[in-house]
Amino acid sequence: MTTPESNTRSRPRDEVSDEPHRATDAAPQQLALLHARLADAADEQGLLDVAYRIIDTPVGPLLLAATERGLVRVAFEREGFDAVLAHLAERVSPRVLRAPSRLDDVARQLEEYFAGQRRAFDVRLDHALSSGFRALVQQHLPHIPYGHTESYKQVAAVLGNPGAVRAVGTACATNPLPVVVPCHRVLRTDGSLGGYIGGLEAKTALLQLEQAA
Amino acid sequence: MKLPFEQVVAEHGAMVLRVCRAVLDGHADADDAWTETFIAAMRAWPELPDDANVEAWLVTIAKRKAIDEIRARGRRAVALGDLPDAAPDGWMPDAAATSDAERHDVWRAVRALPERQRHAVAYRYFAGLPYREIAELMGGTADAARRAASDGIKNLRRSYRNEQEG
Repeated sequence: MTTPESNTRSRPRDEVSDEPHRATDAAPQQLALLHARLADAADEQGLLDVAYRIIDTPVGPLLLAATERGLVRVAFEREGFDAVLAHLAERVSPRVLRAPSRLDDVARQLEEYFAGQRRAFDVRLDHALSSGFRALVQQHLPHIPYGHTESYKQVAAVLGNPGAVRAVGTACATNPLPVVVPCHRVLRTDGSLGGYIGGLEAKTALLQLEQAA
Repeated sequence: MKLPFEQVVAEHGAMVLRVCRAVLDGHADADDAWTETFIAAMRAWPELPDDANVEAWLVTIAKRKAIDEIRARGRRAVALGDLPDAAPDGWMPDAAATSDAERHDVWRAVRALPERQRHAVAYRYFAGLPYREIAELMGGTADAARRAASDGIKNLRRSYRNEQEG
């Protein structure tokens, strides 16, 4: 042992060489653990404005996002998850974090739905991404019963605006909560599919699922 | 336009952990400092100017949070035996201590320093930061930070000797 005065190492290095040493790179699993801790801490401190997770389903991966008020977005992979998250950051809040636990309930209900064991969703919805007539249409959609369909024209009539067929089409095409809010149950008057945010293949699959169950 | 915060964590998470580990040198909990860093960053994220250098901003927060961890540990008298024996550059104010009791005295002396000196000593000798970065953390110039650290060390030597003799 040495005294401070005689300790030759007691002088800090020069400014020039003064670079904190590099620790070894973190293992990915440690960063995953840290990320999970961060998500919990952010939620506890009321910072988790938008929590999201991605689940696998028979119609491909779905991104689920929720605010503290409820489910705010369901997105198909073809929409581009990065673009969807960027849009959420812009429209809702940039405090967006992958935080699966807030989506546990809806993920379980979707699993049951795709297994043919659930006919309606019981989750709180946040309609922050829709307004005006679109919001009106989207709030009507859950009233179309499981396994049934309505035409764009019928929906327009039910909402007391029979001329707004195209606007109903737009509202369905821009539904921020597909599957959970069943815009797939709206077809053209002639029974043809019309469009679908998740692609026509997904729309067909959902309709067949509901027919079979 | 602000990116989703998730992207910030994904891009900079490993770098922030390296900074926390470098400052803490494996002695205090780098995981806690990492979490505190991103919580603070997430809180401020919506208000951060769009043209800010995100990486530099995170490094600054990470160093501050890591030093907070060190200080939190330093305040716990019972934990003094666990204090690091060496800073990243291999020197600590208590490097000469030959026993836990002696080390305890050194740290009591560190804690008794005026605030600016204590911070400058901690940033310099605990965290191994260059003076220009210490100046950024504390405010003022690099020279002022250097003087504060040097005055702190002088005071330490004096008070430590007094204790030894008294």
